[in-house]
Amino acid sequence: MSAETLARWQFGITTVYHFLFVPITIALSMLVAVLQTMWYRSGEEKFLRLTKFFGKVFLINFAMGVVTGIVQEFQFGLNWSEYSRFVGDIFGAPLAMEALIAFFLESVFLGMWIFGWDRLPKKVHLLSIWLGAIGTLLSAIFILAANSWMQNPVGASFNAANGRAEMTSLVAVLVNPVNLVTFPHVIAGAYVTAGGLILGISGWWLAKLAKAGDSAAAEKDIWRWATRFGAWVLIIAGAAVIITGDFQGKALTEEQPMKMAAAEGLCHSEKGAGFSLILVGSDCSKGNPTALTVPGLFSYLGAGSFDATMEGIADLNEQYAAEGFQGNQLQKETTAQLKEAGITDFSPSIPVSFWTFRIMMVLGFAAIAIGVWALIATAKGKDPKGGKWWTAAMIAVPLLSLFGNSFGWIFSEMGRQPFVVYGVLPTMSANSPGVSALEVGLTMVLFTLLYGSLAVVEIGLQLHFIKKGLPEVEEPQMLTDADAPLSFAY
Amino acid sequence: MFALEVPATGAPFALQVLWLILIAVLWIGYLVLEGFDFGVAMLIPFLGKTEKEKRVMVNTIGPVWDGNEVWLLTAGGATFAAFPAWYATLFSGAYLPLFLVLVGLIIRGVSFEYRSKHPETKWRSTFDWMAAIGSFIVPLVLGVAFANFIMGLPVMLAGEMASTNTTVLLSPAAASLFVLTPAPYFWQLFSWFGILGGIVLVVAFLFHGSIYLTLKTKAGELHDRARKFASIVGLVAIVGGALYLVAQNLLYPALFPGLALVGWIVTLVAALALIAAWWFVGHGREGIAFVSTTVAIVSVAVITFLPMVPGMGFIAPGDRSSWPLNIMNASSSEGTLVLMTIVAVIFVPIVLAYSAWTYWVFRQRLGVENMPDEVALAS
Ligand code: HDD
Ligand code: HEM
Ligand code: HEM
Repeated sequence: MSAETLARWQFGITTVYHFLFVPITIALSMLVAVLQTMWYRSGEEKFLRLTKFFGKVFLINFAMGVVTGIVQEFQFGLNWSEYSRFVGDIFGAPLAMEALIAFFLESVFLGMWIFGWDRLPKKVHLLSIWLGAIGTLLSAIFILAANSWMQNPVGASFNAANGRAEMTSLVAVLVNPVNLVTFPHVIAGAYVTAGGLILGISGWWLAKLAKAGDSAAAEKDIWRWATRFGAWVLIIAGAAVIITGDFQGKALTEEQPMKMAAAEGLCHSEKGAGFSLILVGSDCSKGNPTALTVPGLFSYLGAGSFDATMEGIADLNEQYAAEGFQGNQLQKETTAQLKEAGITDFSPSIPVSFWTFRIMMVLGFAAIAIGVWALIATAKGKDPKGGKWWTAAMIAVPLLSLFGNSFGWIFSEMGRQPFVVYGVLPTMSANSPGVSALEVGLTMVLFTLLYGSLAVVEIGLQLHFIKKGLPEVEEPQMLTDADAPLSFAY
Repeated sequence: MFALEVPATGAPFALQVLWLILIAVLWIGYLVLEGFDFGVAMLIPFLGKTEKEKRVMVNTIGPVWDGNEVWLLTAGGATFAAFPAWYATLFSGAYLPLFLVLVGLIIRGVSFEYRSKHPETKWRSTFDWMAAIGSFIVPLVLGVAFANFIMGLPVMLAGEMASTNTTVLLSPAAASLFVLTPAPYFWQLFSWFGILGGIVLVVAFLFHGSIYLTLKTKAGELHDRARKFASIVGLVAIVGGALYLVAQNLLYPALFPGLALVGWIVTLVAALALIAAWWFVGHGREGIAFVSTTVAIVSVAVITFLPMVPGMGFIAPGDRSSWPLNIMNASSSEGTLVLMTIVAVIFVPIVLAYSAWTYWVFRQRLGVENMPDEVALAS
């Protein structure tokens, strides 16, 4: 394998891995803040117990998010040096702002929250988890702005003197139309995941305690509340994911019609294009390689009308080969440079785009369906009956949303191929010329082994604490005696 | 050859120098802050004789280590934003060393969080060792890297390279992207000066960390042990540091007129600060001792970054006085630099204020009596 292919694998593996922890961090931090606020306002012990329980689930996850994120920060320079040089003038700014504005906030205040139970007044302690949670949102804004710029490089122009892209407007980079739809979609996806996690754990406990009968009635009621809370978060966020996903489709049709065409296996432009359920092969020479097609639906999803004309892969290919990409200033200015690269096929892998898009949606819908089932099963004070199906659903619900996120990203990033910066910088020209395939391969294997062992530890710990259940709690007190044991210490 | 006349991208020299200084400041923040938590973590398996003592050590750095690490992330981000070509050449050039740094940061980062989550001795000592080893690898590699900057890493244009891994090198890349020359750099990493740099940084952090420990622990066995260790490692730091800095001044002086003298002055300051730290910690003046090691670390950082004007640690092969990659052709455009300056001016003070506040909140000294018997099962 070439260094470029290995570098892509390495980036894909480490980033998908990082994003297993990210959605939980983003949404669970805020949900724990909500739980703690409920405790603060009502003084009810049940909310304190839930805060502490889900706080721990959150922290075990957060640690992994932090250490895998560090790798991401340095990956651009390690494996993609020409990319870094070419885009740094624009791309570096949001990355630096993320560290300075978001990561400091997140790490300092979460440190304060973890260790501060008996050192800070209640109100300030509550504020610290809120600030930490806001930090995670800010970090998503900046990193997604950077990512959206790769999909749709606005606010930049090409400087021929030093052969790189330069920023013309930071505002344009931040309010990139792609970013405006990506940010809400990703955040909604994060809440689907965290809602699913709360639902899964609580629903499993609820069914278990329901069997135990009256002896566990008090704890059972807490888990019932949490089950419904998780289910509501999941369903509301699920609705948001569908609505914002629809916006995504429309933005995609505007900015990256090729990605959209590949996702639908549409080879030739068509009025009233259909949405197909399966793909057979990826050969465009004999019509569309699709089957089980719902007529008009693709046109509706992509352009809001059942008989709109959608552009097909072959037509787009011809158009790009002849005149390059003409979507924004940077794309226009680098047309000549692109010709030099000699690319003739501008389509990403059709099967990958087609299937990842559908898997994302199916996993998401399945998670939402489980949420609805959980609400029905617990309505009017009923207990779920438990059993095999219930257990399976509770285990599945966080995983479905988590992998839904992964497939969404793989769709989004693989659909950008063959470019790193869409229509401007081909992936094959972006990797580090001085780094050998051996080096990339070696580090990839080592990263994978390290990440694999960490996953075993992390999952083991999560299961250990989930099985332990709700902790006993004492009302936190401000520390007054310097020799007294701390109420929280590692 | 290229030297200083390389056409700039239009940004005035002042902004570029300002950003090199800002990046140096971020590195200083990182070295001073994470320096002590590296030091403490390296010592956990050695100075903590009982489980509670080990926990005291972990808890002295627990609330702050992640915030300290963000200084590194910000330095990295700022390098990317202000000097993209530097970031590109440096990070891809130092591929394997940087990978080691990442592994070190990963294994220590999870250890603090995970060690407390299980009562078993074996579980805990595994994570203690992971924290210690990770905290050893990172300063070792960084120290070697800093020494190599001082020696100068040879670079050439990607287009001049005989074999490249990039399938299609577009013309702008071939003519603007610098890469390390393949062969000599790797062995240069292992020159005696490079290795001495790595050892000195590790020893300096051990010294800094053990003084921090005396400052953050109550009178007791752990405190005494930390102090005794500081008195011994302090001597090693003084000798090693002096050797390294004198060698640097003699063999690799800064080439700008005037800077060579500054190098000697800073060396003197560093040496005096180390000696002061050693004396103060021996006499129970822990606060001043900590300030002294801080001054020493700042001085070493200054003397490492000074010669980086204008070559940023890179040179033409075999010629220390020629800088093909330099702060002018590596920097971002003026617009980006102005923008980043505004962001930094607003947010750096805010970050400093709330970081300082955490240190205030957790100012209390800890002792074994503060450790609850049951490791907190809930957070
Ligand atoms: C949509 C959100 C999102 C996305 C796409 C990414 N991250 Fe991330 N990242 C976060 C959201 C986030 C977070 C929620 O803020 C994390 C997760 C766990 C955490 O501690 O913060 C985080 C942690 C995190 C850290 C550690 C911060 C610390 O020490 O506190 C770094 C350095 C990065 N990330 C860098 C990256 C880079 C360079 C990415 C691009 C490839 C990336 N992340 C993708
Ligand atoms: C966290 C969610 C993300 C996931 C799961 C993800 C996934 C992926 C995957 C699977 C690839 C490999 C694509 C291929 O080989 O064709 C990739 C490539 C890449 N991604 Fe992402 N990505 C994410 C976010 C980001 C963000 C936020 C950025 C930038 C800020 C980014 C920058 C890149 C770059 C530079 C490459 C390498 C070039 C390439 O192969 O296209 N990614 N990503
Ligand atoms: C729980 C369900 C879902 C999850 C977790 C999820 C998650 C994601 C993620 C993480 C991405 C990549 C980031 C991005 O580019 O925005 C993505 C992309 C996308 N999603 Fe979803 N998604 C879900 C459901 C849906 C649904 C129902 C739709 C359509 C109705 C949809 C449409 C899209 C589109 C069109 C993209 C591609 C955007 C691009 O490439 O720029 N998603 N999804």
